[in-house]
Amino acid sequence: MDTKRIRADFPIIDEEVRPGVPLVYLDSAATSQKPLSVIEAMDNYYRKQNANIHRGVHTLAEISTADYEEARGKVAKFIGAAKAKEIIFTRNATEAINLVTNSWGRANLEKGDVVLLTEMEHHANLVPWQMLAAEKGIQLEFIPVTEDGRLDMDAYPALLNKKPKMVSFSQMSNVTGTITPAAEIVRMAHEAGALTLVDGAQSVPHLPTDVGEMDVDFLAFSSHKMAGPTGLGVLYGKADLLEEMPPFLGGGDMIKRVKLTSFTTNSVPHKFEAGTPAIAEVIGLGAAVDFLSSIGMEAIAAHDRELTSYALERLEEVPGVWVFGPSAEHKSSNASFTFDGVHPHDVAEILNREGVAVRAGHHCAMPLHEKFGIPSTTRASFYVYNTKAEVDHFIEALYKVKEIFG
Amino acid sequence: MDDIYRDVIIDRYRNPQFQGKLDPNDYSYHDDNPVCGDHIRIDIRVDEKDVVTEALFTGEGCSISQASADLLVEKIIGMGLEDVRSLGKEDILELLGIELGPVRLKCALLSLKVLKGGVYGLDEIETLDELAAS
Repeated sequence: MDTKRIRADFPIIDEEVRPGVPLVYLDSAATSQKPLSVIEAMDNYYRKQNANIHRGVHTLAEISTADYEEARGKVAKFIGAAKAKEIIFTRNATEAINLVTNSWGRANLEKGDVVLLTEMEHHANLVPWQMLAAEKGIQLEFIPVTEDGRLDMDAYPALLNKKPKMVSFSQMSNVTGTITPAAEIVRMAHEAGALTLVDGAQSVPHLPTDVGEMDVDFLAFSSHKMAGPTGLGVLYGKADLLEEMPPFLGGGDMIKRVKLTSFTTNSVPHKFEAGTPAIAEVIGLGAAVDFLSSIGMEAIAAHDRELTSYALERLEEVPGVWVFGPSAEHKSSNASFTFDGVHPHDVAEILNREGVAVRAGHHCAMPLHEKFGIPSTTRASFYVYNTKAEVDHFIEALYKVKEIFG
Repeated sequence: MDDIYRDVIIDRYRNPQFQGKLDPNDYSYHDDNPVCGDHIRIDIRVDEKDVVTEALFTGEGCSISQASADLLVEKIIGMGLEDVRSLGKEDILELLGIELGPVRLKCALLSLKVLKGGVYGLDEIETLDELAAS
């Protein structure tokens, strides 16, 4: 992989945080940077073809509709979905999960039904289920996390004995970078009669994804972590499930026919896309998918893992630094750590002076931090444009933390 | 760039002078900053004239939030409650002796929010956003 050439595709990489201090962006788990092709695709839409999609007969509306639907097809192909209509565009991955809890969950779960989650989930895959539990009286169970931040797969079969209706879990932790054995979890869930939802917000940008091979029922992910624009998420769902599910949000485009007191729903995927969608962003995501595919997800995955492993090695050298999560072979793309005697906000602040952008806090995974017995961590995360030289710069900046706090 | 890591801040963070709990106390209040999870508790004893005789804090958080709590607690000992109530954002920044951006300003003001919560009672406290904008 030619990282130098890839970096040239990202205009922001050349920016300076302050005069003379180049940006070292290690916060891609929060949001990735965007290549020029994505920025230009959206710019082109607004400059040359801006029009609302569907039902328009004028030329621009036709072009925009075609581009929007073409992007849906690209996303479907990118994750190995059999049909384009299995791709539903939402505001973000969070909304994609809320779509499942509100539509599938409300229609299919009853008091006492079990939903199985894990202790490493992002709040986006906890709170929607908690809200459903409060409303419907369903019971939430959790696959425990081991001391080194992996899922305790030995505990999983006993939890499946509780006959969950749904197993919903992250394929890659946004805190530890742990990669979970998604295909195995899905297979065992299906054998126990449960449906499955994978939170792919972190995994889809970093690993090759094939929903067919994984056989997952729902996959939620977000555009802005995979080189695409913000304001856009994706829900993949198996067509037969989506057909059966009631609509989530009501309004324009999701209907076939409306009377004053009733409506009939449009077909999938439009049934789940009420109102004018994020047209420019969807077109931007189409360009992002083209960009990632042109490099190849296998190559990106190898690059991210190699860089993560290198960062873990170098972090071990820094006295007082403790990295959370499993060894390099079980993780990718991010390293969360504590620094003895220094709060993560102070670590992040001092790194920022050196131009290094990292994130400090609980990373929307408070229960996982509670499990580790720490309120917050500092997280460095890596993507396709990052280099070993940047990791070195980051490590040198950590020594400055040591200098200031002694 | 202004150095927010002045010696006084690092010293107070590493070796706080007014850390602990008072039991019994006349006022005790705790709160957290939901953005970062930092939390601070301040306990106060006053005499019959409502002058603060003793004050201590406990908490967890970044150097700015903890140093500002230590400095604030030191400042209010010997002050009448009326004067404590009139303390504002500028007083905290003066104690710290630094300029802060919008995010770290909230770290610095958490102790003031807790103090106000304790001496005003729950109904009248301002949010961190309101304090920061004051």
